[in-house]
Amino acid sequence: MALLEIRNLNAGIAGKHILKGINLSINAGEVHAIMGPNGSGKSTLSQVLAGRKTFNVISGEVTYNGKNLLELEPEERAHEGVFLAFQYPVEIPGVNNTYFLKAAYNEIRKHRGEPELDAMDFLALVKEKMKLLHLEQDLLNRPLNEGFSGGEKKRNEIFQMAVLDPKLAILDETDSGLDIDALRDVADGVNKLRRPDNAALVITHYQRLLNYIVPDFVHVLLNGCIVKSGGKELALELEEKGYDWLACQPCL
Amino acid sequence: MTTTNQQSITAAEQTRPHLAAFDAFEKDGARRFPAWVNELRRTGISRFAALGFPTPRHEDWKYTNVAPITQLPFKPVVNPLPVALTAADAARFAFAGLGGSRLVFVNGHFAPELSAISKSLHGVKLGSLATAMSSDAGLVKQHLGRYASASDHAFRALNAAFFADGAFIYVPTGVAVEEPVHLLFISNAGESGTAAHPRNLIVAEAGSRLKVVESYVSAGSAPGFTNAVTEIAVGEGANVEHCKFQDEKPDAFHVATIQSSLTRDSRFTSHSISIGARIARNDINTVMTGEGVECVLNGLYVASGSQLVDHHMVVDHAQPRCASHEFFHGILGGKSRGVFNGKIFVRPGAQQTDAKQTNRNLLLTNDATVDTKPQLEIFADDVKCTHGATVGRLDEDAIFYLRSRGIGHSAARRMLTQAFASNILARIGIEPVRKQLDEFLQNHLDAEIRAVEG
Repeated sequence: MALLEIRNLNAGIAGKHILKGINLSINAGEVHAIMGPNGSGKSTLSQVLAGRKTFNVISGEVTYNGKNLLELEPEERAHEGVFLAFQYPVEIPGVNNTYFLKAAYNEIRKHRGEPELDAMDFLALVKEKMKLLHLEQDLLNRPLNEGFSGGEKKRNEIFQMAVLDPKLAILDETDSGLDIDALRDVADGVNKLRRPDNAALVITHYQRLLNYIVPDFVHVLLNGCIVKSGGKELALELEEKGYDWLACQPCL
Repeated sequence: MTTTNQQSITAAEQTRPHLAAFDAFEKDGARRFPAWVNELRRTGISRFAALGFPTPRHEDWKYTNVAPITQLPFKPVVNPLPVALTAADAARFAFAGLGGSRLVFVNGHFAPELSAISKSLHGVKLGSLATAMSSDAGLVKQHLGRYASASDHAFRALNAAFFADGAFIYVPTGVAVEEPVHLLFISNAGESGTAAHPRNLIVAEAGSRLKVVESYVSAGSAPGFTNAVTEIAVGEGANVEHCKFQDEKPDAFHVATIQSSLTRDSRFTSHSISIGARIARNDINTVMTGEGVECVLNGLYVASGSQLVDHHMVVDHAQPRCASHEFFHGILGGKSRGVFNGKIFVRPGAQQTDAKQTNRNLLLTNDATVDTKPQLEIFADDVKCTHGATVGRLDEDAIFYLRSRGIGHSAARRMLTQAFASNILARIGIEPVRKQLDEFLQNHLDAEIRAVEG
């Protein structure tokens, strides 16, 4: 059984029909990349999968781990192991980074019937993950994303991913706004978290990230439709030729 | 009869019980006070009689209808009564770990048996104002009533007429009082309309340092009325931090003025945390009488049900090169109403004024309302004055972010609301107070939000 099965997904916002029949199948252990120009529906897809209600699902089905994903609340999806690394992580002043992460972690543990961690044990877990990702200690005490640079925000997203250990990680243009070093660190972190029992959906505009996070499959999203799928070489072909040559393709 | 006469008659009817109570007071209880204090009283009552209670037709009371207060029976507690509270009762309202003196007042009268005054050092005076009127007459006379004007404010005039006691704190030149002083005012109303008129006088001479916490709470069963005035005189280069916490019963009434006079190069930080009372009105007036003053005025008001909480601020930049920063956050639920009026005066010649005012309001329900109005009158040209006010709900993007990490909708709302409150509490420099108020507010807001959702 596929970990994530998307069948004929149509979705939109404020009267605009953005996703026009997406079909996609992701198995555990796989990394899928979705590439497409601006306005193709990349962010819409990630937000719909995460459960943002401002987007409405017009038709279609999404099965995750055998469950109907679209029926679950955002927090329920997180409890089931879905994680969205945001393109623009919001700043939440006044909520301590560690306090928030511990609350999230324990909610997920509670859902799984596992014991919650107390402050000390959680701190130990967190320190271990920070070493893994070469992150600065002071990140822990700062208010959530407040005053973080673009690179720090993206690193913080991957740090959360490391702590929450999702089954399906959706990375929404994680590379946007990053310099080469930050990009390498972020990619390095994602790669370290790869396991045969989890999967990642990497949404990106540029091929560059895929040099570091090497995908098993690449899909091209154009005007709300996946028009071509292939292996990692497809990304290089897009880098060379752009997206225009696929403009007249039908939805897969 | 003309309409004006009818209105005057109604105003007179409203004030009659108060004037009658004053007559009784003057003939009896007032006799124990020095003549000069009773002079202040007579001026107060005559001003009160002339003004009458404010109505919503008065600009400064436009959103705050005090009719429920005027309709209360008026039972001023002019004589100290045997205190019906125990030390354990008072301890409930204390802040643990403050380490300084604690003066407890019940219905506006000093209760020595519930208080704990540290050994007085270096000439610091700390105790009952009623006592100080005799023991330190010169000092008290020099300052009492010099700052808070009773002539234009009916409630201050009423306080001037009926005040019987309060706190007197005097810090001599150059002395630093290290441990924060706690002034605890407990309203213990057995009958509706029991009225207390606490009067506090705080004088910090040049170069001195002082931290004061003033809290107002209720222990009684009936709705009481607290009408307080606190005057704070901050001397040259002195540093005073003042934190007021108001958590009276939801059916009580609380009207208070905090009037501060800041001399050159002084530092003044004030916090007003208001969560109780059916109607709470705070007039916080700050006058800079010298150059180089820095003052920070913080506030947090939380209301629900049918509560009304009103902060009227006046910051008077009477001199150049002073800085004032106001940060007020409001959290309104139920059908409550918040009012914020921030007047800033920059007088002619007050060059290089730096004045900033921020009022942010969080509405938890559709029925809660807030009226927020900045009022800047600027008569100098080389100044920096900024003001901003927002009224809104919780940030949906922030809620979604937290939920996408597994935090439930309700928990996410609570986390964000608490963060909004903690933003102001974090500015309190008196650590035990900051910590305990933060915890107290967390529980209070938790219950509040669950009630909204339930």
